[in-house]
Amino acid sequence: MAISDQIIDRCQNLYEDLNFTNAREWKAAVPGRKVIGFMPIYVAREMIHAAGMLPFGIFGGGDQLEVIQGDAYYQSYICRIPRSTIELELTKRLDFIDGMLFPSTCDVIRNLSGMFQMIRPGIYTRYFDVPQNYMDNVGGDYYVMELQELREGLEKLGGIKITDDDLRNAIALYNDNRQLVNKLYDLRAAQPWKIPATEAYLLERAGMLLPVEEHSQMLIDYMAAITAGDRPRRDNCRVVLSGMFCEQPPLNLIKSIELAGCYIVNDDFMLVNRWLTKAVPVDGDPIRSLATTFLHHSVKTSATFEPNEDEKGQYLVEAVRRSSAEGVIFAAPSFCDPALLERPMLMDALNGANIPYIAFKYAENTGQMQPIREQAGTFADSIKLWGV
Amino acid sequence: MNAITTSKPLEPRDAKKDQSQIKQKEMIAGNFQELTDAHKQGKKVSYTFVPGNLNELVMCFDMVGNYPEINALQNGMRKKTGAYIMEAERQGHSEDVCTYVKSDLGMVKKGNIGPTGQPLPEPDLLLLSYTGCFTFMKWFELLRHEYKCETAMLHVPYQADGKITDNMRNYVVNQLKQDVIPKLEKISGVKFDIDRLREYLRESAKAEENLVWVLQSAKHKPSPIDAYFGAIYYVGPIFSAFRGTRDATEYYRLLRKEIQERIDQGLGPVTPDGVMKEEKYRLVTEGPPNYTHMYEFWKMFYEDGAVNVASTYTKVGGTYDFGFRHDPEHPLESLANYCLSCYTNLSLPERVKMLVTYINEYQADGLLINSIKSCNSFSAGQLLMMREVEKQTGKPAAFVETDLVDPRYFSAANVKNRLESYFQMIDQKRHAA
Repeated sequence: MAISDQIIDRCQNLYEDLNFTNAREWKAAVPGRKVIGFMPIYVAREMIHAAGMLPFGIFGGGDQLEVIQGDAYYQSYICRIPRSTIELELTKRLDFIDGMLFPSTCDVIRNLSGMFQMIRPGIYTRYFDVPQNYMDNVGGDYYVMELQELREGLEKLGGIKITDDDLRNAIALYNDNRQLVNKLYDLRAAQPWKIPATEAYLLERAGMLLPVEEHSQMLIDYMAAITAGDRPRRDNCRVVLSGMFCEQPPLNLIKSIELAGCYIVNDDFMLVNRWLTKAVPVDGDPIRSLATTFLHHSVKTSATFEPNEDEKGQYLVEAVRRSSAEGVIFAAPSFCDPALLERPMLMDALNGANIPYIAFKYAENTGQMQPIREQAGTFADSIKLWGV
Repeated sequence: MNAITTSKPLEPRDAKKDQSQIKQKEMIAGNFQELTDAHKQGKKVSYTFVPGNLNELVMCFDMVGNYPEINALQNGMRKKTGAYIMEAERQGHSEDVCTYVKSDLGMVKKGNIGPTGQPLPEPDLLLLSYTGCFTFMKWFELLRHEYKCETAMLHVPYQADGKITDNMRNYVVNQLKQDVIPKLEKISGVKFDIDRLREYLRESAKAEENLVWVLQSAKHKPSPIDAYFGAIYYVGPIFSAFRGTRDATEYYRLLRKEIQERIDQGLGPVTPDGVMKEEKYRLVTEGPPNYTHMYEFWKMFYEDGAVNVASTYTKVGGTYDFGFRHDPEHPLESLANYCLSCYTNLSLPERVKMLVTYINEYQADGLLINSIKSCNSFSAGQLLMMREVEKQTGKPAAFVETDLVDPRYFSAANVKNRLESYFQMIDQKRHAA
């Protein structure tokens, strides 16, 4: 088996293992180790790593998990990720988790933080509320204190002290990791036939489950193997996917889009692994550095406020241009407030730039791929035949 | 509320009105007229939200406040929202998202004629009080996209751990000082006067005192008010463009006097069909109401002798009954504390605590949750809250699903069926006891 195939095989096993054996083994290997779960979209994983703990991404139960108990916790009209996350918890699949961070993604994830406080009162639970004000002496000061509170919370949980040097070391490791992930995106945009979207997805997903050092090495090995070899090139069009930053699509959905004739050359899967668009300085006050970089060098997405109307939606136009894409596929989870409320504004931005798009919805357990294949296939044909 | 003079079922428009109701009607009509005339009279217009609204601050700049949520619910009661929502969906908005937003955007697309039939002015400022609801942020981005006007964002951190920290309060105050107030000054051309703000806050506190008295009057048996359907009218002035005005103070003084009279006479709440005769069930209610079928929904309660003695929806614009009052001695900090403590900005465990307190203090028979399709801020997690409240109080709970202003999501037969079963359950529980 080729090295790249071996790596993807490992990633696939990690992805499919809903008992999270790897993280359990990591924890069991050294007494006192802690695992901190986090949900999409963004948390400062550097702080968790600096505490000697494993940041562990919980991105729902996917299409392999039958949600039985989780449904009893939610009303009819809501996305699926909270249901399957509750199911993971109630079926003891998350019993090795020592803490949970819930980012300020939307009201559903926010309220899930309170649900965990009630369901798992014994663990460290924190709502990670990042600023929507981007002034250094306003949102910046607030965020510095938030990070400091996170630091103190983890110190208490672990009975440890997080030094500035611990944090600087973690910042450096995540700087490297982000650079590698960005390199993977660049490579895929340049030669999409060499890196199928499903492989890129699995590699990224592995980064949610592995220690950062191991994941970075995995990326290095994969890219070296891919660069050395070649794969058949198809006559596909090039698209950007938008809207998949929280509840994840089934792997088959990603595969179906490519099989329908669309190379996915950019996307918003697992934005936490490239949220900061510039390296965080490793000198000076590390918390202030994290805060400043967050304020001024974060990706733009539906879950954040855009203070400048002229900039609204331009991040997607930029993503299309940067990756030389020919169109956008809006694929949002059903009942996803951030993605679906943002979409009309993004569509206007694309209209202004004369970029074609299509839109559909999915759930993490969507099983019927035929309609999606037909829609994506028609979109690909229309781009290729008529440039529409 | 209405003082009913006949036993014949009445529509609210047929009823004889109390002084407070006449007062409120005049205030609302005046506000819509002021909005219509604002630009002609050289006044600037601020759009903002109910939770975390900064009405006293806005008044310091002689600006007129418009509340898109209020317009949506008013349009819902006038059966206008169905068409507005469909219009927004035709424009590309998803069927899955908040119907308040779509109702508002649909109204804008159809000429921005307000619920009273008067044209609404375009905003000069979108004051985005981002309190307890993610959708607010996107709603005002969408309105800004439409109007291309200035937006002031006030990010209010979520009280996830059930307390307001200094960091949260300082963050809100800093935003007020460094972003919100300068923008209000720039748009209005009026210099900020903190003493003027203090004066309005002093007025707010007076009204808040009487509002709390009115809401807590439901502890009496029989309750003189319905603290859900009826109280939606009572909180109207203080949740919108009137907090901090003398009109609001006067309204709550009149209302308190009228409720005192009801207590003295041992009367139950007034409903659209007259005074509720026999109080059989006392309920605590969680979640917003349905506005498109408000009277049909309410009737399902009072016909069976069920009165809502406390509700959480009437706390979205402030949790005054837990002690908060606007404080003129600490004006900006007080506004920050107000924003931080609005109901949907509280954690789920804190919301459970509030519901348990209500059930105990108001001697309620149980909890009813109206889960709203549109509102994840309220609805996500309510079923777990329900279990917790049942566990802690031993009182039965029920769960119904409707929507705020989308008539497609109100199924009268289903709701009635569930309510009737629930009332039977309460009866059985009583007999068992």
